[in-house]
Amino acid sequence: MLQIKNLQASVNGEPILKGVDLEVKAGEIHAIMGPNGSGKSTLASVLAGNELYEVTGGEVWFEGKNLLEMPPEIRAREGLFMAFQYPVEIPGVSNINFLKTALTEIRAHRGLPPLSAREFMQRLKEKQELVEFNASLVNRSLNEGFSGGEKKRNEILQLAMLEPRLAILDETDSGLDIDALRIVANGVNKLRSKDNAFIIITHYQRLLQYIIPDFVHVLYDGRIIKSGTKELAYELEEKGYDWIKESVQASLS
Amino acid sequence: MPTTDQDILQKYSDQEYEFGFETHVEMEILPPGLNEETIRFISAKKEEPEWLLEWRLKGLEHFRRLSQDMPEWQNFKLPHIDFQAISYFAAPKKRKLKSLDEVDPEILATFEKLGIPLEEQKMLAGVAVDAIMDSVSVATTFQEKLKEKGIIFCSMGEAVKHYPDLVKKYLGTVVPYSDNVFAALNAAVFSDGSFCYVPKGVRCPMELSTYFRINASNTGQFERTLIIADEGAYVSYLEGCTAPKRDENQLHAAVVELIALDHAEIKYSTVQNWFPGDKNGNGGVFNFVTKRGICKGPHSKISWTQVETGSAITWKYPSVILQGDYSVGEFYSVAMTRNHQIADTGTKMIHLGKHTRSRIISKGISAGYSQNSYRGQVRVGPRADFARNFTQCDSLLLGDKCGAHTFPYIDCQNPTAILEHEATTSKIAEDQIFYLNQRGLDTEKAVALIVNGYAREVLNNLPMEFAVEAQKLLAISLDGSVG
Repeated sequence: MLQIKNLQASVNGEPILKGVDLEVKAGEIHAIMGPNGSGKSTLASVLAGNELYEVTGGEVWFEGKNLLEMPPEIRAREGLFMAFQYPVEIPGVSNINFLKTALTEIRAHRGLPPLSAREFMQRLKEKQELVEFNASLVNRSLNEGFSGGEKKRNEILQLAMLEPRLAILDETDSGLDIDALRIVANGVNKLRSKDNAFIIITHYQRLLQYIIPDFVHVLYDGRIIKSGTKELAYELEEKGYDWIKESVQASLS
Repeated sequence: MPTTDQDILQKYSDQEYEFGFETHVEMEILPPGLNEETIRFISAKKEEPEWLLEWRLKGLEHFRRLSQDMPEWQNFKLPHIDFQAISYFAAPKKRKLKSLDEVDPEILATFEKLGIPLEEQKMLAGVAVDAIMDSVSVATTFQEKLKEKGIIFCSMGEAVKHYPDLVKKYLGTVVPYSDNVFAALNAAVFSDGSFCYVPKGVRCPMELSTYFRINASNTGQFERTLIIADEGAYVSYLEGCTAPKRDENQLHAAVVELIALDHAEIKYSTVQNWFPGDKNGNGGVFNFVTKRGICKGPHSKISWTQVETGSAITWKYPSVILQGDYSVGEFYSVAMTRNHQIADTGTKMIHLGKHTRSRIISKGISAGYSQNSYRGQVRVGPRADFARNFTQCDSLLLGDKCGAHTFPYIDCQNPTAILEHEATTSKIAEDQIFYLNQRGLDTEKAVALIVNGYAREVLNNLPMEFAVEAQKLLAISLDGSVG
């Protein structure tokens, strides 16, 4: 589904990603962990097409298409979704109107007609229940005045509504209390299938107790320096990132 | 009823035919120029009573005085207008185009986006149409319904003929001919307009719109509207059209007067989309309008809602004089400018009565090289105990070559009044656009969504149908404004 080959990117001329390789297949959940400043969020932003990041090398293929050549909205319509670490507020735009607009765009790209108001509301109701989203929030302005946890849960509701092939969760667990964390994780677990895939970016192993990844990768200084299964996450939690750093430096010297 | 339909069809095709005679039209045109003779000619042609002629002549007198010294307080340089170069009666009718193929493709594309039916497209673009069946039959049914309730809704010309006492009693009482140079000009030469009277205790059962009076569509230049809501009456009036309307007349100087008696309420909504000129600022309508309402009786209410996207220059301050105790004035405005458009718009709330309240919500959106000014005045007279005003005045900038300006004036002569003013200026954030991009919306759609959200508080005050059209209009007006 997704092949990242030697991806390099910089911000304001400063290199952040220095050659990332990753392959994600349908049905898989990959966790990307790493210390602060290792390039985790940059990777997510580059995949989503944020123009603040300049791709300086490498290639990314998504469902057989060159992802880096697509503008961000086409990536979204092709089925790539990013749950933002800091979802923005858009005053005056109702959550429902926004979801309907987004869904209509994505469906049109796939040659599907817009859902009727009735079908849409039916689907919204189902998904709200699935991800335990407070019904009163969908009538409010998009993220306006939402708590941090409500914003993150709204991201998961959007994920459920838009049904992407690949979802990237950028530190979705940050700032969540234990209940919200469990709700978000349950949502993801219910949404995972053999046809879609997830990349979960996180600093802590906490979320991975609820969402069991197939693979865990450690990103450090712009490269994936270690890959493994869920056990790697436990090991990191126990030993900290210094252990990895040291082992990398040891192998280099 | 087929016979009625047949009659209407006949009537309209006859009219078109009539206008088709060029010689006939020629005879109805007055050569350019403005003097007493012009006024006498207009008044005679319209078979007006003597008092109205006198009134017009006073308007001319004041116009002559006021035009010696054109206003300079506005936030733009007033272009020179040669008032003697304008023809003040039956402006030449444009040559009818034969088909839509002759219409500017850019305008057609806009019609398409707005979803305007083909027949209406023709009418708006000035293409000859035999008759617009739907609108005509709808208009007829509506007229009958209004008659049942005793509501008078007709053209100003008809009102002068059939209800002279009402017109005489109220005409010029809110906007006198001496008010300002453009109001004086309008008083002198006003062509036609709408007249509405809602009798005591009657709630007008439908939104009144000029749209239903198709034959009045060529009276736009010096329009004069007078709406009276008698004690306990309610009326909602819609003016304008979301579709861009080509017009050969550069100067528009309309006057609107609203009068609300005891416990009466008038809601006046406008969507203004006159030709704004081309991308380089050439051409376009000068829209110099005087709109004012008076809450004459206690507990009366006047509410203005406007969406202004057209005209090269808009100068317009729909105001409310709050004379009756406990009366309420409201002003909700979205003014959007792009390319080289100029808007200097806002409101005046004049608190005279006790416990009077006013609310001003103004949302400016500027793009391109445009200049967008809010100008408002809140005045509290010495008798207006416990008057209250809330003003919120927001500006949104798209790009870095446009300007947003705010000129709020407050004049408070009563210590018990409470006045609040809030103002913000903002830009659309890159991360908002990216967020929407990431959900599948292209940048143009993203900006349109954000702008509509920004303007929602005002759009919500428009009647339902109008609101939907206004949203589309804002989105379309943004086309090409985002780079």
